[in-house]
Order: sequence, then C-alpha cells, then structure tokens
Amino acid sequence: MTDLDEVIGRVHREEWARLVATLARRLGDLDVAEETAAEAFATAVERWPVEGVPPNPGAWLTTTAYRRAVDRLRREVRREEKHREALMLFDPPEPLGAIDDDRLRLVFTCCHPALAMEARVALTLRMVGGLTVPEIARAFLVEETAMGRRITRAKAKIKAARIPYGVPLREDLPARVGGVLGVLYLIFNEGYLASHPGSKPIRGDLTTEAIRLTRLVRTLLPADGETAGLLALMLLTEARRAARMSASGELVALGEQDRGAWDRALIAEGHALVRARLAAGQAPGRYQILAAINAVHTDAPDFRDTDWSQVVALYDQLVRLDSSPIVRLNRAIAVAELDGPQVALAETDRLPLAGYHVFHATRADLLRRLGSSEQARAAYDRAIELSGNSAEAAYLARRRGQLGSQSPE
Amino acid sequence: MAQYLMSVLDEKGGLATAEEMAAIDVFNEKLQADGHWVFAGGLASPSAATVVDGRDGEPVFTDGPYLESKEHIIGFWIVEAPHLDVALRLAAQGSKSCNRKVELRPFLGE
Repeated sequence: MTDLDEVIGRVHREEWARLVATLARRLGDLDVAEETAAEAFATAVERWPVEGVPPNPGAWLTTTAYRRAVDRLRREVRREEKHREALMLFDPPEPLGAIDDDRLRLVFTCCHPALAMEARVALTLRMVGGLTVPEIARAFLVEETAMGRRITRAKAKIKAARIPYGVPLREDLPARVGGVLGVLYLIFNEGYLASHPGSKPIRGDLTTEAIRLTRLVRTLLPADGETAGLLALMLLTEARRAARMSASGELVALGEQDRGAWDRALIAEGHALVRARLAAGQAPGRYQILAAINAVHTDAPDFRDTDWSQVVALYDQLVRLDSSPIVRLNRAIAVAELDGPQVALAETDRLPLAGYHVFHATRADLLRRLGSSEQARAAYDRAIELSGNSAEAAYLARRRGQLGSQSPE
Repeated sequence: MAQYLMSVLDEKGGLATAEEMAAIDVFNEKLQADGHWVFAGGLASPSAATVVDGRDGEPVFTDGPYLESKEHIIGFWIVEAPHLDVALRLAAQGSKSCNRKVELRPFLGE
C-alpha cells in the first residue's frame, strides 16, 4: 500500500460519514448523497496522485460531491421539467459547521423503526460507518448480493415512505434509541474485531466513531440507562485496545494482556458510569449487564484475581434477558474459569454455532486445556478457517502450534 | 406534503362498536382540525365484494374477494402528512381509535 492509498483510506474513514450526512441534508436524498460521496472518493483516487492531496480533503470532497449531485439533478430536471422546483428548494452550500448534528440525524434516519432491524444495521454501517457492502455482508454472515439488495430496499423505502432526515421529536426519542444503540454496538464490534481480512484487525477508527456517536446520543438522553450502559461497555472494552495486539500483530487473549497497558482514564470513566447505573436502582438492560461484566474484568489487577462467580452471575442475568446461543457461549467461557473446562465444554457443545469462528476457538481452547490435542487441533483448524481476522488467526495458529508440547491443566 | 393510505385491518369480522365509532369520530375531527384529512370510509364485508376482470372481451365477474385471508380491510383513511414520522403518529392514533391494526402505505410521489 502506498502512502497515498493510506491517506485516501484515512480520509475515507474520517470524512465518509460527514460527507454523506452533509450531502443528505443539502440534497434531501440519501441515495444521491451516498452515490455522489462514493463518486467524490473515486475522483480523489484519480486526481490526488496527479494534483496532490488538497489542503482540506474534507472540503474538497464535499465540493466535488455536491457539484456532481447538482449536475445529476440538473440532468434529471432537463428530463423532467417538474423537478425544477425541487432543485430551487436546495439550500446553498453551507460552511462546514453543525456537522456532528448531521451525523446524528443520519444515524436516526438509518435506524428508523419503519425499517426492518437488519436493514437499519446495514444502512447505518454503510452510510455512517462507511463500510463497504462486502464488509457488512461478512459482519452478518449473509451473501453480498443479498446485503446489497437489503440496503437498496431500505433506501427505496426511505424515499417512497418519506422517512424524514432528522432527529426524532423528544417524545419519540426513547423508543427510537434502542435501535440506534444496537446499531452503534455493531459498529463498535466491527472495530473491536474487524471481520474483513483486508482491513486492520482492530479498527480504532470504528470503535472511536461508535464511542463518539454514543456520547452524542447520551448527551441527548442523559437519563437513559442503556445508553449509559452501552457507553460504559464501549469504554471498558476500548480501554484494553493497546493491550489486545502484540508487537508481531497477534491478538492477545484477556488472560495474557499486559494490564499496565490498559487505559486507566477510560476504565475510570467506564466504572463511574457503571456505579451510577447501579445507584439508579433500575433493572438493568443488556448493555448495562455487559458493562458490569467488563467492570469486573477491568477491576482485577491480574487475570487470576477475576471474580468469576460475579461474572457468571451477571451472565446468568443476561441469559434471562437474551438466551441467544452467542450469549450462552460467552457464559460458557466464564464457566470454564469457575467450574473448569469440562463443564464449559459440555455447555459449549450444545450450542448451534457451527458457522461461528468463536465457537470453534472456544472449543479448541477448552479441548487444549483438557489435553485432547487432536480434537483441539481440528477445532483450531476450523476456527482459523472461519476467522476473517488476521490477528486472531495468527493467535489461533500459534496456539495450535503449541499443542502436544503442553500438559493438560 | 405526501399522502398516505391507512388501511384498517380486521380479523374479528364485526363492524365497529358504538364505542369505537365514537372514538373514530373524535379522531376524524382531529384530522380535519389539524389539516391531515383527505378522505375516509368504511367498507362492507369481503363477502359483498365482486372481482371484475374486464381485460379481455366480455368482463368476467367473480363473487367474493380476490384474496381469502384471515385479515381483511374494513376501512381506510387517506391522510396528508409532511413525512413518515407524522404519518406514523396518525396511524397509531387511528389504530387506537378504531381498535384495530392499521397498514400505513405511502401513495406514489409525483
């Protein structure tokens, strides 16, 4: 990858959501906003190598995309005279300002309750997260063509049903927030462990973006417990980012992380949020429970000091809210520390997650600890095969390489 | 402004009760007062329907509804709203007033 590719990649991460959000407000059309934003980046790829990177890439992209959009709409106007009026209604280009609000507006539109949940997630990742359709498809284990259709249908509904481009009215806000949080958490998770082999294994840009947007939503809804819970969960996870990757580009498991490299400021902020939620005395939702689990982890000076009975108790609480196989898999991982790998393996083997790399990685680790090297090797093979993350695959391959030379626990 | 069709879905197979009618009247008045009203009406039961196919030669008449289903449309509103969020709120109020589910569907834009 050349320096210029890197610059364009960075600008894409930094500017995509702003660009789409600003264009969508100015043009009143999400589809045109997305397409012209993509065209502006394509133009940048052509012209920046020749002309050099402009001093303000964001402004350059906005101007380029806006000109293209206006050209396109003028062509349409020539075809259909009655659209002329619509063109006259467009606001003149505004100086860069109020951009953060535009992005929040974009988030609420993409997460509108009249869209199917899966469409909201896909649309937000595309429009706000700037992920490509193949990346989103991988994140949800569906085919690219199906994901492309899902996004196209969602945009068509926004247009046909006139889903407004805006932050909902205050009385609609609480109901609209749940979907937004689910989407933000998915964006965060894509950054936590990228699903695309071509992208960096850990994408701080996405986790940072998810945290920034969650902070914005929290500013709007300071009393919402789940928003606070999600923010705390993200902060306590993000705090460990530097320790999650070795110098050789390998993922580092929680038990092997250098806890001195954890971000103490993020942990303190996350713990304060968790304490505030506990003090509120309301029944916690899933994000608050997950935040509490991460508070237990980040509270332990050493992996061996972890209060596993507390972690398992919190997972029990979570299973009562959401008994999905992935939640039960995470519970089983904690059970291994409390009741041993044999009990955890029995629970894991019951879960219908044969297509999920973490399932196989978990089995591999439990089998390794039980001294079943051959079965462990097969499980590592499957986990590596299914993992789209290079750092995770490197970690799993090293573990697999250590099999046989290791005595059971 | 856009127009939306709010179809009232019924699975009970009965007409609106007096109580429901009263609530619908209140809702209709509010629609008119707030400038959302375009048109509304109640429909006779699907058994009163006739399917007509006049595409080819002599029209063919078939007794009964086009689709037999558990739920059918027994009435509708056509409302005007600036965007879907307002229309969704109207649909929710309409659904509450007639005590039935409502399907909200936009008319094709110009």
